[in-house]
Amino acid sequence: MRVEVTVNGQERAADVEPRTLLVHFLREHLGLTGTNVGCDTSSCGACTVLLDGESVKSCTVLAAQADGRSVTTIEGLADPDGTLHPLQRAFQENHALQCGYCTPGMVMVSMSILAEHDTLDEATVREGLEGNLCRCTGYHNIVKAVLAAKEEMGATR
Amino acid sequence: MTMTEAQERIIGQRRVRREDPGLLSGENRFSDDLVVPGALHLVLVRSPHAHARITRVDTNAARSMPGVVAVLTGGDLQSEWASPMPCAWPVTPDMKSPAHYPLAIDYVHYAGEGVVAVVARSQTEAVDAAGEVIVEYEELAPVLDLEDAVKDGTLAHEALESNTSFVWALDPNPDAVEAAFRAAKVTVSERYVQQRLIPAAMEPRAMVVVPSPMGGDYTIYSATQIPHVLRVMLALTTGIPETKLRVVAPSVGGGFGSKLDVYAEELLCLALARRLRQPVRFTEERGEGTMATIHGRGQVQYMELAANDDGKVTAIRVKLLADMGAYLQLVTPGVPLLGAFLYHGVYDVGAYSFTCTGLFTNKTPTDAYRGAGRPEATYAIERAMDTLARKLNMDPAEIRRRNFIAADKFPYESVAGLTFDSGSYHENLAKALDNAGYTELRAEQERRRAAGDPRRLGIGVSCYVEMCGLAPSRVLASLNYGAGGWEAATVRILPTSKVQVVTGTAPHGQGHETSWSMIVADKLGISPDDVEVLHSDTAIAPHGMDTYGSRSLSVGGTAVYLATERVIEKAMKIAAHQLEVAEEDLEYVNAAFRVKGSPDQQLPLAAIAFEAFTAHNLPDGVEPNLEASISWDPPNFTFPNGTHIAVVEIDEETGEVRLVRYIAVDDCGNQINPLIVEGQVHGGITQGVAQALYEEALYDTSGQLLNASLADYLVPSASEMPSFELDSTVTPSPTNPLGVKGVGEAGTIGSAPAVINAVVDALADLGVMDCQMPATPERVYSLIQQAKKQQ
Repeated sequence: MRVEVTVNGQERAADVEPRTLLVHFLREHLGLTGTNVGCDTSSCGACTVLLDGESVKSCTVLAAQADGRSVTTIEGLADPDGTLHPLQRAFQENHALQCGYCTPGMVMVSMSILAEHDTLDEATVREGLEGNLCRCTGYHNIVKAVLAAKEEMGATR
Repeated sequence: MTMTEAQERIIGQRRVRREDPGLLSGENRFSDDLVVPGALHLVLVRSPHAHARITRVDTNAARSMPGVVAVLTGGDLQSEWASPMPCAWPVTPDMKSPAHYPLAIDYVHYAGEGVVAVVARSQTEAVDAAGEVIVEYEELAPVLDLEDAVKDGTLAHEALESNTSFVWALDPNPDAVEAAFRAAKVTVSERYVQQRLIPAAMEPRAMVVVPSPMGGDYTIYSATQIPHVLRVMLALTTGIPETKLRVVAPSVGGGFGSKLDVYAEELLCLALARRLRQPVRFTEERGEGTMATIHGRGQVQYMELAANDDGKVTAIRVKLLADMGAYLQLVTPGVPLLGAFLYHGVYDVGAYSFTCTGLFTNKTPTDAYRGAGRPEATYAIERAMDTLARKLNMDPAEIRRRNFIAADKFPYESVAGLTFDSGSYHENLAKALDNAGYTELRAEQERRRAAGDPRRLGIGVSCYVEMCGLAPSRVLASLNYGAGGWEAATVRILPTSKVQVVTGTAPHGQGHETSWSMIVADKLGISPDDVEVLHSDTAIAPHGMDTYGSRSLSVGGTAVYLATERVIEKAMKIAAHQLEVAEEDLEYVNAAFRVKGSPDQQLPLAAIAFEAFTAHNLPDGVEPNLEASISWDPPNFTFPNGTHIAVVEIDEETGEVRLVRYIAVDDCGNQINPLIVEGQVHGGITQGVAQALYEEALYDTSGQLLNASLADYLVPSASEMPSFELDSTVTPSPTNPLGVKGVGEAGTIGSAPAVINAVVDALADLGVMDCQMPATPERVYSLIQQAKKQQ
């Protein structure tokens, strides 16, 4: 079946099997391998992307369900000239990643945490990150990064 | 080469990682991201039984499925192997090790063992075809419990006479141990269980083997911690000459020891690529990965202390049962040995005896998992010290003070035969207690007890020392380890004066590119941005021993440092020649060679680099190019240490344990990049807390892994963890010129005993003396109920 999706601002289309998951559509059909697969139970959150601006685990969404909608992946956050998004920069500055495998999912879920809250505290960030697992950082610096990004993005608004 | 004050120290700066932008933007490539046109997909049909005889395999239906290229059994592939899969650590000469091939032949020995290989043009076609393979089994009784296994009633392997793989002992002075226990005023005799853990790196194992289009050569891209070791082992096992194999580890999504191994799937992909003359790839699904990727821990510890009534420990006796699982993987038998030398921890104990029995069970093989042997040892001694303190009605901090190895005893000859390099144990403890507000915490605990507050407070202290920097090759030889402990490095200054560093270490999140560039830049007096670090590709970095056991910095980073020093020495000769002065009259300052006392007379390193390239005017006997390669074998281990304090709240009505504060003071020697050091400690603490509170590989009575998915196996999330309160002491290691010790495993080693000590401490007034890991609500609730009944 034909699936047409706006991915990171570009119209993309492909013929896929109906059972194709959004994550496989992104990785295998569109070559956007920044979104990772970490489990087969929707438990780890490595595959988190934004669907019409809301974070979803792309292993729980069929590509067909994204038809006609807008998807943002980790590849779509930085400026075209490579300048990192303030949230990506906050992750780097706060050493909020080590191996980096969970990182695209962490960044994408953090995007929606930032969007959904006018103000943020540590407890809210931790709750928001609950569906995404990281085995390297112990979360300490991820939480710091999200709070720092909120501060910076709030200040520049 | 003296560093003057004019040069900016780069070592010690909190520099953000150069690795991050690629990882943060999705540009980096992990193994499963690599697009290889025409690659075939390998899927394994795995055993559903823990122990069974294979009575029939029918692959006919599978072979006729769409897209299927090959369906092969262990027997079909037997001619592919020059030898069984390797165990590189035969700890005793009489160690038993059943032949282990990439696919089972005749028998299966754990649930998840590969039985049939299915190769198809797409992953979905391979999965569909695997569903059509028929395998029939005759089930056999499995060996699952260590204390049963040692009795040898049921056998895990029908071909072996017992379940015992080896018995290894360290008993330097048995008479002294016996005498100390006879004379002891107090003894502690405990049984601790180190439950099996699933390492659960976020990136599943993934690999793709690509034959050269010219034939005969293979490039193996694998999510591995050990590209160099893997290359040797692939050559030995498949018989393909090492010169025909190139192993590349692209970005690797975590390892924690689970990617420190040689796996059946890597061998199968290589053998199938050779046989089918096409690229073959394999990516594990999480569910199969939890069964077919190694597990960690898995020990029963019998721990005994003898002590005087002032709390001074006079002897320690340890008997250990260690679960090898169904087969010996790369270093499986060596894991308990790494702990054997550390059961006395940070204490001066007089006499020591250790015996380990390595046992086969019908479970997933175990192997090195973050800390490997050292968290287990630390747990036992730190739990036992708390029990001793309780028996003597002494504060847990005080009993530790009374037994510490004193600061003036370093270098300290340990009762187990090691030489501890340096440490500040009293200082660590004092700092941690102070940072925690220990006195106030104790007062708060008392207040809650007096008020009958159902939110019980517990404070757990744990002091640890680990041996890192694996290791002096001669020491490894004495332990029968099958390889050396050196590390290789090359430093080359290119004609444009940009610097290339080649390291034999293979990072998977530790930030070696950032740290190694800082070491070189610091030494050369240049910007780290001018230093490129190459690694994890055997074609680019032909020599190496890879990354595990917190060895990378103290061995690999030191090699990089020494190679840089050698390049400067060579450049100095060229500079002396060009400036027409003696080498002794030159000093290297701010990336230039200048005449001592005459700073105007100087040549920048950049100019020397270009001279070395043109080679128009070099001194006699000096070869062109600025490059040095070294392989450094450390003279000793390093001994990082520290004190960790956990504060927990236990809800008496539900048994839920909540970690509310975590205070750590670690001494990893000099810190190259404190930002990275802290990150390593954070992650390590979380893995130890996970063992203490959440994680355990659970098997049913037939040997099925009950929690094989991340939906069932509780890897802690952000909401389970507090933020951490870190601090450090710095006692440089005299073992290497950087004075570094290693920190990757420190958090894991210190944290599990701190947390369980806190859990027991919270319940101590009820008479609770121990709590098995993980301290689940169910377990803690039942401890509370039992204790209350007995009161």
